Amino acid sequence: MSTATRSEVVAVAIAESFRGDGEILANPIGNIPMIGGRLAKATFEPLLLMTDGEACLVENIMPVGVANPPKVIASWNPYRSMFDIVWNGPRHVMMGATQIDQYGNQNIAMLGALAQPKTQLLGFRGAPGNTINNKTSYFVPNHSTKSFVAKVDVVSGIGYDKAAELGEQSARFHCLPRVISNLGVFDFETPDHRMRLRSYHPGVTVDEIVAATGFELMIPSDVGESRLPSDEELRLIREVIDPNCVREQEVPNPQSTPPA
Amino acid sequence: MTAPDKRVTTDEIVGEIRDGMTVGIGGWGSRRKPMALIRALLRSSAKDLTIVSYGGPDVGLLCRAGKVAKVVYAFVSLDSIPLEPHFRNARQSGAIATTELDEGMFLLGLQAAAWRVPFLPTRAGLGSDIETANPEIKTIESPYTSSPWGLEPQASGGRSTGERLIAMPALELDIALVHMHRGDRGGNAQYLNVDPYFDDLMCMAATKSFVSVERIVETEDFLKEGPVQSLRINRLMVTGVVETPNGAHFTECPPDYARDEAFQKEYAASAKSGEAWDAFRAKYLDVSESDYQMLVQS
Repeated sequence: MSTATRSEVVAVAIAESFRGDGEILANPIGNIPMIGGRLAKATFEPLLLMTDGEACLVENIMPVGVANPPKVIASWNPYRSMFDIVWNGPRHVMMGATQIDQYGNQNIAMLGALAQPKTQLLGFRGAPGNTINNKTSYFVPNHSTKSFVAKVDVVSGIGYDKAAELGEQSARFHCLPRVISNLGVFDFETPDHRMRLRSYHPGVTVDEIVAATGFELMIPSDVGESRLPSDEELRLIREVIDPNCVREQEVPNPQSTPPA
Repeated sequence: MTAPDKRVTTDEIVGEIRDGMTVGIGGWGSRRKPMALIRALLRSSAKDLTIVSYGGPDVGLLCRAGKVAKVVYAFVSLDSIPLEPHFRNARQSGAIATTELDEGMFLLGLQAAAWRVPFLPTRAGLGSDIETANPEIKTIESPYTSSPWGLEPQASGGRSTGERLIAMPALELDIALVHMHRGDRGGNAQYLNVDPYFDDLMCMAATKSFVSVERIVETEDFLKEGPVQSLRINRLMVTGVVETPNGAHFTECPPDYARDEAFQKEYAASAKSGEAWDAFRAKYLDVSESDYQMLVQS
């Protein structure tokens, strides 16, 4: 297999975020997160249940970016049932974040003031309910000081500081396992749950990540590179999960190495 | 059979909508929206409406046409075009007021109204700016500090005892407008796509509920169209029913038809300038529904 591209490293990092989840609904939103989630199910987390991106739960590894992909439908999951799963708990969602701060507060709602935003985005969507009820990770494809900010304009998904304010009981289901960007992998496994650099992607420097982050990032002295995909993972990504190479459009390779 | 005949016209439905009313609109994003009814509403004089919707082009069109005082929403999206351009313009210019909600809180608000209780408790929203943005939303403390029957599952790990929760207020509606695939003259209605969305809750949350359908069928023919579980709306929930073929256009209404993506792009482009909107409006909205359907099917 040829060298892995950045998007393939990112897909593996996303897959890793679901490691240990066992039998729950892995619910990555967006093409790159879906590639990573399906890779986890195809390899080390076979018990994960996943959606078809619509109203069904499927057991097969569906490709992304393919018209009318084959589906092995295991269950019916219209929006109302999705809320049942969210509130019942066995779910790990991966959302996007227009802004994210050092405690993991996420904003997808709007930029500027709530009363009259400078830029209206999606709205709160399900972020408040997701973050207080089940595991929530984030994927940010454009790591910069505009996305990794000191303070989010609006808190859609709640971070560890907000969860701490709510107290142990109210926040007992709050858990943000990972943040994955085009530059590195981050978690909140620090004493006060401030964001930590878990690994940097091959070809990225720690300094580059620090410069692109609008708050003080915790940097362990022994931080290393994100792991490379195995040959089998590369085969699954390239031949089974993303045969049309949707991933390269969403996370372009900085070295512009064409994928094999 | 002695089922009632609740067939009405779109104009009769719109005639029920008075200035300042709260109108719930079914569907989700750019999916199975009651667009023929929205187009009729756009042609009416109704104004200062509060719109409650899992929002799509219904919200954008009504905002752009100056019908809206307030939008109650968790998102407004065209799905294949993530951000609704007319809604964005209305928000960014300060033309409308809003109530921001989490998608699940929205569901519970409709459910509370449907069940005639003032609120339903939920954890969703706690700690987020939903609380900051809506100081009128109260929290409650669970009145139970332990199970009143001593039920203590061994694996519960200290389940909800004395917990503070959001009391999501009922989203009571004056009018509900929803679009279904099939209906009968009595107002029973059937969906044939994969998701019922929350249309039945919208109907039960409203004082008066109106259902547009692709086709009115005989009651005894419902099960030729789909399984019994697809009969989601019964006539107890419904004030009036109207047949509006292609009535969800340009939103999707599978299996009858997909979203008209080309038309949706044209719609989105109409947000670019006043001239673009005027042209779009003159061509597609200041015309009758039958003329609209001729235009979009040609």
